[in-house]
Amino acid sequence: MKLKNVFIIAALVTAGVLPLACERIFPDAPADETLLDGPMEGLTHGEYQQFNRGDFLFNDLVFTPETGLGPIFVATSCGACHPGDGKGHPFTSFIRFGQDDGTGNKYLDQGAPQLQHRAIPGYEPEKLPEGAPHTTLIAPAVTGLGFLDLVPDEDLLAMAEANKSNEDGVRGRPNWINLPSYVKPRANAIQDDQGRYIGRFGFKGSVYDLLQQTVDALNQDIGITSIYNPVDPYSLLEVEPEIAATDIHDMVFYLKTLKAPIQRNVNDSQIQEGKAIFAQIGCESCHKETLKTGKSPIAALSEKEFHPYTDLLLHDLGPEMDDGYTEGSARTSEWRTAPLWGIGLAKDSQGGNMYLMHDGRAKNIDEAIMLHGGEGDYSRQNYSNLPEQEKQKLIRFLESL
Amino acid sequence: MKHTYRYILSISFLLLIASQSIQAQVDSTLFKRVRPSVTRDSLLNMDAQYERPFLSINKTPVAIGGYVEANWQNISKEGVSDGHQFQFRRFTLFTSATISQRIKFLAELEFEDGTREIALEFAAVDFEFDPLLNFRGGIVVNPIGAFNQNHDGPKWEFTDRPIASTEMLPATWSTAGFGLYGKKNLQDWTLGYEAYLTSGFDRLIIENDQGRTSLPASKENPDRFEINESGAIFTTGKLAIKNHKIGELGISHMGGVYNKHFEEGEHVDIKRRVDAFALDFNTEIPHWGTQLITEAAWVRVDVPKTYSQQFGTKQFGGFVDIVQPIVKGRILGWDDATLNLALRSEFVDWNKDTFKETSESIGDELWSFMPAISFRPAPQTVLRFNYRFQKERDLFRNPAERTDGFSFGISSYF
Repeated sequence: MKLKNVFIIAALVTAGVLPLACERIFPDAPADETLLDGPMEGLTHGEYQQFNRGDFLFNDLVFTPETGLGPIFVATSCGACHPGDGKGHPFTSFIRFGQDDGTGNKYLDQGAPQLQHRAIPGYEPEKLPEGAPHTTLIAPAVTGLGFLDLVPDEDLLAMAEANKSNEDGVRGRPNWINLPSYVKPRANAIQDDQGRYIGRFGFKGSVYDLLQQTVDALNQDIGITSIYNPVDPYSLLEVEPEIAATDIHDMVFYLKTLKAPIQRNVNDSQIQEGKAIFAQIGCESCHKETLKTGKSPIAALSEKEFHPYTDLLLHDLGPEMDDGYTEGSARTSEWRTAPLWGIGLAKDSQGGNMYLMHDGRAKNIDEAIMLHGGEGDYSRQNYSNLPEQEKQKLIRFLESL
Repeated sequence: MKHTYRYILSISFLLLIASQSIQAQVDSTLFKRVRPSVTRDSLLNMDAQYERPFLSINKTPVAIGGYVEANWQNISKEGVSDGHQFQFRRFTLFTSATISQRIKFLAELEFEDGTREIALEFAAVDFEFDPLLNFRGGIVVNPIGAFNQNHDGPKWEFTDRPIASTEMLPATWSTAGFGLYGKKNLQDWTLGYEAYLTSGFDRLIIENDQGRTSLPASKENPDRFEINESGAIFTTGKLAIKNHKIGELGISHMGGVYNKHFEEGEHVDIKRRVDAFALDFNTEIPHWGTQLITEAAWVRVDVPKTYSQQFGTKQFGGFVDIVQPIVKGRILGWDDATLNLALRSEFVDWNKDTFKETSESIGDELWSFMPAISFRPAPQTVLRFNYRFQKERDLFRNPAERTDGFSFGISSYF
């Protein structure tokens, strides 16, 4: 056999053998702690299947005018506002308007509470009514929400009660809200004397659970009606559902069972020192490291300790953070403590930059800390007084979350 | 109903071909391969449809042909693979008929992914008045770029089609319409032109579930060969010039209104245009036999300012293929065989705009490199083995998603 033919056969055999080894040649998947998306550990096969259905609906389904988009909207998919399940980008920032006290929204007949500033061809987007109180918001990360959903009301009230004697000025209280008719209160839910329940999702803590959050976001962000909220945000009339209830429940299940962000470089001595500084200067008064879930039919979520760095309560952040707009019973300067888990991965969903706080006005963690007034002023002063090296340790710790 | 129509069309086409065989009562060895009547030097990309290895039976005026493509692939996205996938990508049948001396008919029917997608990609009658002046009418392939004209699988050394040509430009893009084409040979030079008036794109290019401006999305409109949504004439034109020593250069444009701007006589929107420009070049380096095939394209779409910026107004993409024959001649008993090394580099930016909110560039872009080994036991048949290394960034330019993949495929004219 000629050398040429030997060469050809060798090349073809090599080409044939290589694919068999491709699993070894391919690079490894990124480490779990570097990503926000992915299911929590311990799901059953059936739960994992439902997670995957929800994953598709949340991240891959792009709505079109044919499938219900708009006609006025903010985004065309859930994933557009929460890329990689992380914090959103200013491109999908949105405006809420119409309420400046606890008496409710006065602009509901003018399209409140959310401004849909985009429109499908042939329609005009909504315009902010002149003089309406409003705020701009950037969508938060959605990981670990299932854990936050399951913190018992009594734990939230216990944290609020404990705050009353704080010497650092931190108080904290729940946002008491009225529930939409389709939302079922949790077992052992606690009501106030006006029959209201504790809200825990949203920047103002004005949303009760993940079903309400999903239904509202589909309707107000994408213009999708459902059996739960059949009102079209453009016509303000009830129309046929544009998404199946089963799809909504799959999305809710997905949000419930997304893994909690995993801290990185836990054993790094600087990060450990940063964590100590975090507690020492008083950040943990609001950004509580550890909470515990109650009972859940999803075994992976039931009675678990987790580390979100939030107390899910409202805190007054002073005039610096008072946009003049609010929801539920919160005051305009009150904001629900944002969970800090995943903050170190914000850049990976915000195009390499950081847009922190509710509207992205802080471009890094230092700026974000310095925007904490009101109840956060004590910690802010302590942070300001830290030597630069100590500040960096604190920031490194936060970036590891 | 639409599917039924497609199946009837497909079956009729197959019966037509089968009837030729039955009529002649021949086995396939009696098919005579029709050789191109011109030298390769004067061939342009625009000749690709006719310059195929057709088979004819005896002296019948009908010739038939086709090609087939099948693949194995294992693709990993961010380190996660779906495992081994065996795919029947494409089965294409074409037939041509000489109706009279200077009137010809040619049709191409393609079955993609088994029978999931069946498309009549070309079906046109050509009238020759002069080599420089031919009239064509029917379903025509719009001559935007070179790949759209010259896309038969067996001609390429890669299992996948170029991304810029298929996912930005919409190859294979054909529409109903009429036009003129012609060629002129001048010593070492060949000049060619094509110009068509056809139906065009529709609102699906910005109202689609891909979440980006997508010309290929209009292919999903099953009525596009019957209804021209904009009601406006869509133009496509290409000029090609070839020097037999230097290579072929093509410049092409297609454009027109894509949206339904009037309804029942009333204007409901302004006229919104889509325009695509393409440059293509191919050559073969003498002595080395190295082939260089490249194409770049720019797309402009008038997207309503109140719509989402994720639907870009500007796109750019292209590819460069380098094919180096390393062994030619008699190999393993095949007399006219070739072993090639090849590399495809490609880039697509589906959204070249900037965010109004931050003035940052919008992402939605992709790079890919695809080294390949291909073996051609005969010029019309190729076995090819590729590796793909690809990075794709989302709208916000977040960390790129990496794709790695091996693929092996066969493709052959028959």
